[in-house]
Amino acid sequence: MTTNNNSENKYVIETHSLDIYYGSFKAVTGVNIKVERKAITAIIGPSGCGKSTLLRAFNRMNELYAGTTIKGEVTFNGQDIYAREVDPVEVRYRIGMVFQKPNPFPKSIYENIAWTARIHGFKGNMDELVEGALRQAALWDEVKDKLHQSGLSLSGGQQQRLCIARAISIKPEVILMDEPASALDPIATLKIEELMQELKKDYTIVIVTHNMQQAARASDYTAMMMLSGEGERSGTVIEFENTNIIFTNPKDKRTEDYVTGRFG
Amino acid sequence: MKEKAIVQGFVSNTSARNRRGVIWHVLFQASTVVGIVALIALVLNIIDGAFGYIAYEARVDPDTLSVDGTPVESQNKEQLLTLLQTTLSSGAYNKLEDEKPFAERSREEVYQLVIERIIRPKVVQVWNLWDSLTKADEIRATVAQEYPKAELDFVSWLTYDFVSRPQTSEPLTAGVRTAILGSLWTILFTILLAFPIGVGAAIYLEEYASDNWLNRIIQTNINNLAGVPSIVYGILGLAIFVRTLEPLTSGEVFGLVDPTTANGRTVLSAGLTLGLLVLPIIIINAQEAIRSVPRSLRNASYGVGATKWQTVWSHVLPNAMPGILTGTILAVSRAIGETAPLVVVGASTAISFDPSSPFSKFTTLPIQIYQWTSRPQDEFQSLAAASILVLLILLLSLNASAVLLRNRFSRRL
Repeated sequence: MTTNNNSENKYVIETHSLDIYYGSFKAVTGVNIKVERKAITAIIGPSGCGKSTLLRAFNRMNELYAGTTIKGEVTFNGQDIYAREVDPVEVRYRIGMVFQKPNPFPKSIYENIAWTARIHGFKGNMDELVEGALRQAALWDEVKDKLHQSGLSLSGGQQQRLCIARAISIKPEVILMDEPASALDPIATLKIEELMQELKKDYTIVIVTHNMQQAARASDYTAMMMLSGEGERSGTVIEFENTNIIFTNPKDKRTEDYVTGRFG
Repeated sequence: MKEKAIVQGFVSNTSARNRRGVIWHVLFQASTVVGIVALIALVLNIIDGAFGYIAYEARVDPDTLSVDGTPVESQNKEQLLTLLQTTLSSGAYNKLEDEKPFAERSREEVYQLVIERIIRPKVVQVWNLWDSLTKADEIRATVAQEYPKAELDFVSWLTYDFVSRPQTSEPLTAGVRTAILGSLWTILFTILLAFPIGVGAAIYLEEYASDNWLNRIIQTNINNLAGVPSIVYGILGLAIFVRTLEPLTSGEVFGLVDPTTANGRTVLSAGLTLGLLVLPIIIINAQEAIRSVPRSLRNASYGVGATKWQTVWSHVLPNAMPGILTGTILAVSRAIGETAPLVVVGASTAISFDPSSPFSKFTTLPIQIYQWTSRPQDEFQSLAAASILVLLILLLSLNASAVLLRNRFSRRL
């Protein structure tokens, strides 16, 4: 697959009539969204509407869950990532992921990043790379004296920033974040949000969140998902717009109910 | 407090609920106690047999061996050698010379030979530890009355000599070195076969195999194989390793035929048979350990673009290793104690030389114990008790080293 940064294209990831199935169950129906380069796109919606499922389809993580298949198309820089000749490992290399629960490797802080770089054949100055990634993730000052302690010895918020450092250490184009702050306290959450604003300069970010204030504060675009198709059992994107519009002047009544807290 | 409905419709009745809990608590505690009592009874029973008084008589009266009024126990080395030379056949004498020249043997060693070969003490009666401790006077009286020539000694059947001497048919000089070495050699090949194949199969089944009918059948079969009686594996081993693969297991294809073996009844065959026996157990335990590696860790690895193999090698295996090792320890412990399949594969019951290569004839501790317990004489029961202690110590030390290894792995994470 093409890994060159063809920046003449405004959109990094596009989906075309994307359906996602778990076995025969259609979890997500007919999604058409375009993820803009170097912007933060949030996916919001009630629990169980397929937000994480959709996010995982963006870097083929869904294939690790047995029985998951897709119909339609997901393109990355114009290339269909589900095309036969595309290696999912390559996709995940260019489109990194940060998970809901901080999941550093049970290795040292240094090794968390060094291992990640090594498996992609990094041959340069490892110390520099580790420091750079940790600085970019706003974690360097907190851990520079204990790089060789276990990543699991850090606090939850620090662990999550370590996971972000790990993800950006290999310079992906896109970072997918699956409710990255839902397991963290408000202060740690704020740090992650500030970090996202920093990262936006270099990376495209797609974030799934339960927290509407977070989406409103942090994102540029918002995709509102809701169970609608297939007798209200299959999730779909009912509205995809500028975050400002979603939160102030949504076109869809359901979006308005949801973002104003009247939903349910 | 009297039970009453605080909220209408609910009778909380906590004291009755707690009482019911106490009953179960007591039952579970009792189960534990039964288990511990059984274990203590087992150990006491073995110890009871492994120590105690023995009465023994000389087959040849040492008094008749005095030279010029010097009793045999105070003769010097030259006198003892003359005694050996004149009493033993020249063939037997030369064989001893071949094993270790007499010039190099100390006086003590030669004296030991005189006892073993000429005086040849014979056990006339043994008592277990309990009787020895509680009825010592009675025992002395019995011996004085019934075996006036016998000597009475309080012995431990488990001694350094017992562990370091080869097997003989004389209870007083018998040892289990042959059996210990046989067990160790066998276990070595068991581990060499079962560990890599078992872990490899577990990795394949957990990480690579797709969920189709073929793999489900394989999985079911492995689960069932873990419950197949061990003697069936013995028959399998006999058919495959001893008969079909005889050129291999007897060392013929390597040109290494051990002069003592004419067929495939070797350490190698036994080890491979036990390897097959424990293979399903290792696979199942390793699968369990691999499955228990949290999904979040795999996600972390795949999420940064690691391949399946990189994920398995760097994250899944190291995290599963403590569990895999625990399972292997259990499986190998079972293999060390196995008797039935080895009887079928052709363990020798009476050999006095050590296994020296994979292609040697062998005996193992359980086989030795089985053979001794099947003898009617009490002294062999005591030998069996002592070898059971050796087996238990061997087992515990192997387990302890495996636990240490496992803890090293756990700490690294």
